[in-house]
Amino acid sequence: MSAFPSTAALIVRQTRYQILYFLRVPVALFFTIILPIVMLVLFNALFGDNTIDTPDGEWPIRQFYTGGLAAYTAVSATYSNLGNMVPIRRDEGILKRWRSTPLPTWAYLAGLVLSSVIIAVISVLLMLTMGVVLYDLQIDWVKMPAAAVTLLVGVAAFAALGMALVSIIKTASSSAAMVNATILPLAFISDVFVVTDDEGFLHTVASFFPLKPFVNAFQDCFNPFVDGSGFSPGRLAFVAAWGALGLVIAIRRFTWEPSGAPSRRARRATPAPTE
Amino acid sequence: MSAIQVDDVHMHYGDNRAVDGVSFRVEPGEVYALLGHNGAGKTTTVEILEGHRTATSGEVTVLGFDPSDADRDFRDRIGVVLQSSGVENEFTVREAIDLYGSVYRNCRTLDEVIGLVGLEEKVDERIGSLSGGQRRRVDLALGIIGTPDLLFLDEPTTGFDPSARRLSWDLIEKLGHGGTTVLLTTHYLDEAERLADRVGVLANGRMIAEGTPSELIDGISGTVVSFQLPDSVAPSDAVATFGSVIGHDVRLSGRFVEATVDRSTHVVHRLTGWAVEEGIELDSLSVKRATLEEVYLQLTERAGER
Repeated sequence: MSAFPSTAALIVRQTRYQILYFLRVPVALFFTIILPIVMLVLFNALFGDNTIDTPDGEWPIRQFYTGGLAAYTAVSATYSNLGNMVPIRRDEGILKRWRSTPLPTWAYLAGLVLSSVIIAVISVLLMLTMGVVLYDLQIDWVKMPAAAVTLLVGVAAFAALGMALVSIIKTASSSAAMVNATILPLAFISDVFVVTDDEGFLHTVASFFPLKPFVNAFQDCFNPFVDGSGFSPGRLAFVAAWGALGLVIAIRRFTWEPSGAPSRRARRATPAPTE
Repeated sequence: MSAIQVDDVHMHYGDNRAVDGVSFRVEPGEVYALLGHNGAGKTTTVEILEGHRTATSGEVTVLGFDPSDADRDFRDRIGVVLQSSGVENEFTVREAIDLYGSVYRNCRTLDEVIGLVGLEEKVDERIGSLSGGQRRRVDLALGIIGTPDLLFLDEPTTGFDPSARRLSWDLIEKLGHGGTTVLLTTHYLDEAERLADRVGVLANGRMIAEGTPSELIDGISGTVVSFQLPDSVAPSDAVATFGSVIGHDVRLSGRFVEATVDRSTHVVHRLTGWAVEEGIELDSLSVKRATLEEVYLQLTERAGER
């Protein structure tokens, strides 16, 4: 009997098909990639000539928006995308079907997460290209390694948090609400759509969550007033810690079947009733 | 060694005993049908065998594996057609077969699978655009793509039109002749009668009868007397009226009154005597050997009375 296909081949194929799937779901494509681009164009049309006061001088708001919305796109391609799509596939029994095949379960999950990371990176590059071409975004090549590392830490953490959310969501009908209720209000206080003050209640709230540190860390890589390499190790560590928490929740609570059926783990833990 | 060996398996959810002490064996190459009402425990039993659920107690061996912690080698050798499990609707049939086939050691070619399930015309269409019956054929295709030694079919033809059912039956027969062991659940008696080498009847989580279809039919003595309900008798009175006429339990099945009886000559005599006296013509009067359907109805009625 021939051997199983190699792990690399399995993951590559899974990832490729997950990306294909994503591209064929118009609503996913729209909310993940098109809507942030529309926001970028709109915000720039509305406020593009304004500036933001920073301690070191005035920063054109166009550049602020490009970095912030690019970071938000990365979150939406990972966290929101997984949070919306995986419960649907679980409700439809697609996850259960995969569970019946010899595909190792982690290979399936790897394909899911990797595809969302690739979609995130491509969307961010698209966004940054638009920023450079249309909105005078200055690329300081010294800071690009920091931008790349920040982006990777961010997408990994938000992908893990997305899978954690999936494990908490009970049915697909509530997933859109859960995703947006968790991410949209945060986005408003995390320098994505509007600049917030560096102090006050909203800042305190935002600083408990990983979105603002990620957005700020990424924005700094495009902020001409931030000197040096642009790395924000403290913020990245904070984002990574959230990601690790997400990973733990996802691993402990993830189920392959729609809720109603207890998880395999829970079922196994149930002691056999004595007669 | 049996392909499937189940010994005194229980599956309890709190007080609900979905499976309540079931035992049976399926030999390699056999087509075995689990028959039962909805809620009789068929799907739960099959899901235990597939490794989707872990039994509360009892011994289960499938292809030499314990399915509850079976690994990849086990899942490589089984094919599963679940009752309700979706496929990515955004993929075409060709893409789904390519994707799902790629995870097995021995996968059938696209042309072979498509030919077997009869989806040649639809191979480049998105699964979401197919009809219910066509989608079920995609399910079948994905179940057999990995050349399984053992195929689980949970109600494989529910929702099929008659021609699609014939086609699936032909396919299942072909697989059976090719040496694939098949465990199928169904509530279509004709399906079990046509396909299964042996049948196990489940009711309330218990196996109430087991055997080849003809053994089961022979096992209950009985001949079925049936006739069309005459206009002069209201459907609500039918059971009482004819019960007393023939001195035997009767049932109403659609427009037909039916009774499964031991001494049909005697019953027909009483019935026709009554009809002549009343001046009623009994349309479509027939006396025939019981089918699996009557066996099943009798068995499950008895199980329900207990």
